[in-house]
Amino acid sequence: MSKEILSVQDLKVNYGPIEAVKGISFDVYEGEVVSLIGSNGAGKSSTLRALSSLIAYSGQVSFLGEPLNGIAAHKVVKKGLIQTPEGRGIFLNLSVRENLELGAFLRKDRSNIKKEMDQCFDLFPRLKERLNRSAGTLSGGEQQMLAISRSLLSKPKLLMLDEPSLGLAPKIVLQIFEIIKKLNKEDGLSILLVEQNAAMALKSSHRAYVLETGKITLSGKGEELFSSDAVRKAYLGG
Amino acid sequence: MEDFLQHVLNGLNLGAIYALIALGYTMVYGVLQLINFAHAEVYMLGAFSIYYSNKWLHLSDHPGWTSFVISILIAVMVCSLVGLTIERLAYRPLRGAPRLNVLITAIGVSLFLQFSGQAVFGADPKLFPQVLQDKDLIQFGQIQIRSFDLTIIGVSLAAMALLHFLIHHTKMGMAIRAVRHSRSSASLMGINVDLMISLVFVLGSSLAGVGAVLVGLKYPKIDPLMGMLIGLKAFVAAVLGGIGSLPGAVVGGLLMGLSEEMVVAYLSSTYRDALAFGLLIVILVFRPSGLFGKYEVEKV
Ligand SMILES: Nc1ncnc2c1ncn2[C@@H]1O[C@H](COP(=O)(O)OP(=O)(O)OP(=O)(O)O)[C@@H](O)[C@H]1O
Ligand SMILES: [Mg+2]
Repeated sequence: MSKEILSVQDLKVNYGPIEAVKGISFDVYEGEVVSLIGSNGAGKSSTLRALSSLIAYSGQVSFLGEPLNGIAAHKVVKKGLIQTPEGRGIFLNLSVRENLELGAFLRKDRSNIKKEMDQCFDLFPRLKERLNRSAGTLSGGEQQMLAISRSLLSKPKLLMLDEPSLGLAPKIVLQIFEIIKKLNKEDGLSILLVEQNAAMALKSSHRAYVLETGKITLSGKGEELFSSDAVRKAYLGG
Repeated sequence: MEDFLQHVLNGLNLGAIYALIALGYTMVYGVLQLINFAHAEVYMLGAFSIYYSNKWLHLSDHPGWTSFVISILIAVMVCSLVGLTIERLAYRPLRGAPRLNVLITAIGVSLFLQFSGQAVFGADPKLFPQVLQDKDLIQFGQIQIRSFDLTIIGVSLAAMALLHFLIHHTKMGMAIRAVRHSRSSASLMGINVDLMISLVFVLGSSLAGVGAVLVGLKYPKIDPLMGMLIGLKAFVAAVLGGIGSLPGAVVGGLLMGLSEEMVVAYLSSTYRDALAFGLLIVILVFRPSGLFGKYEVEKV
């Protein structure tokens, strides 16, 4: 049995009177791709924002065996819990290179960073050509590639991706999911994936949870959920 | 013609000072979307820090570059501390509060410092210690260049160049630019956002400290309300350039100084201060985003 990386117990998030996440529990084990699927407003992004300490929450969260509650956002990053946020969170006023350097903001090992940047360029050759351009000039797909590369440079122990397929052309979506699978298979990267694109997410995940209006209603292996009637009806168009 | 050149020189001098102070407003606005009205009082306290430290150090007994540099260092340190304290005590607890609340707090802090200044220092003007002597440098025809003119322009330029270097060529500057774009995305990079905001207050306040020494030398009467008018004009300069934009603050400051000098020279000195507010109204009507600003529609 592999090691538990992330354990979430009874997580609740409120925005004033709005209960966005109503006490959910889930976990991620080392080497897994786990996805959290659900429709608009289900509470997926709120869950990830809470885990990154961007918003207040209640419940027990532990990462690599240590409690995460009450730790400042920048210190969560230091522990290796990295998030590529919804909408990608690219710094549009900075160059592509600066965006990548910010991914490695907390690191001191300059020579490794250089090597890893080159590995990112192997994954996404287009980034290399645009290195000195303002990130604001990139297309949506290129921005998502930049966002993922930047997160990789943060040396994630667990990478949380919030809707990496959002707003992208089908061809690019396929490419992004190929990379997600590759990072997991070849580099053993553990991934928590949040998606509305349930079909793609379930096919790429070991396990998945279905989130509906702040509650987990179903969970199981990726393929099992993919072929289950309930999920097919609700998320995969019958 | 010679008259005109003299006015340009004077205007640039005034403008360099507005620019230094405008940079403080614009930098804080960039990271917090807040008009830090207390910035003018940081500047005032910088001037008083030299007045009081002179009682101990007697720098004005040995006017010269050493005394000048020491004065700049003292003012920069005192202003940074004041700026940091204001941020920590007044603004940080309101992070995430509605913008109007923070704005009212800023005005409150500004008034608090003005009136505490009057209570502690006395309302009567004091004489700023002359830690550097003004000399006639060049005189051709009607044009007179004095050493203070060159000092003010030179020191302001040096301070702005240093700021440019810090913001665009250091890791810290890159982090500050990231925070300007998005605080939450910056913290996802492991950037300590509160620390960067503090640094912005230190940088902006330091420039106000430099400005305080330069103004003190040129116009040596200082009093607890001295920040009000110059602060307001520097703020208008920042809006003119496009609030949030560093080059905008510099250009806005210079334009403000030049036009004020020209108004006084060719129209009437009674319009000196009206100009700033006239400009503000014109900008807000015709180009609310300023010269260098990007116009952003308020999201609802
Ligand atoms: N800042 C906020 N203030 C108030 N309510 C919010 C805020 N952010 C989210 N909500 C509400 O919380 C609920 C969950 O939102 P969340 O963004 O977590 O959903 P999501 O599952 O990520 O949806 P999507 O697929 O559209 O991104 C929604 O009802 C939303 O309206
Ligand atoms: Mg979302």
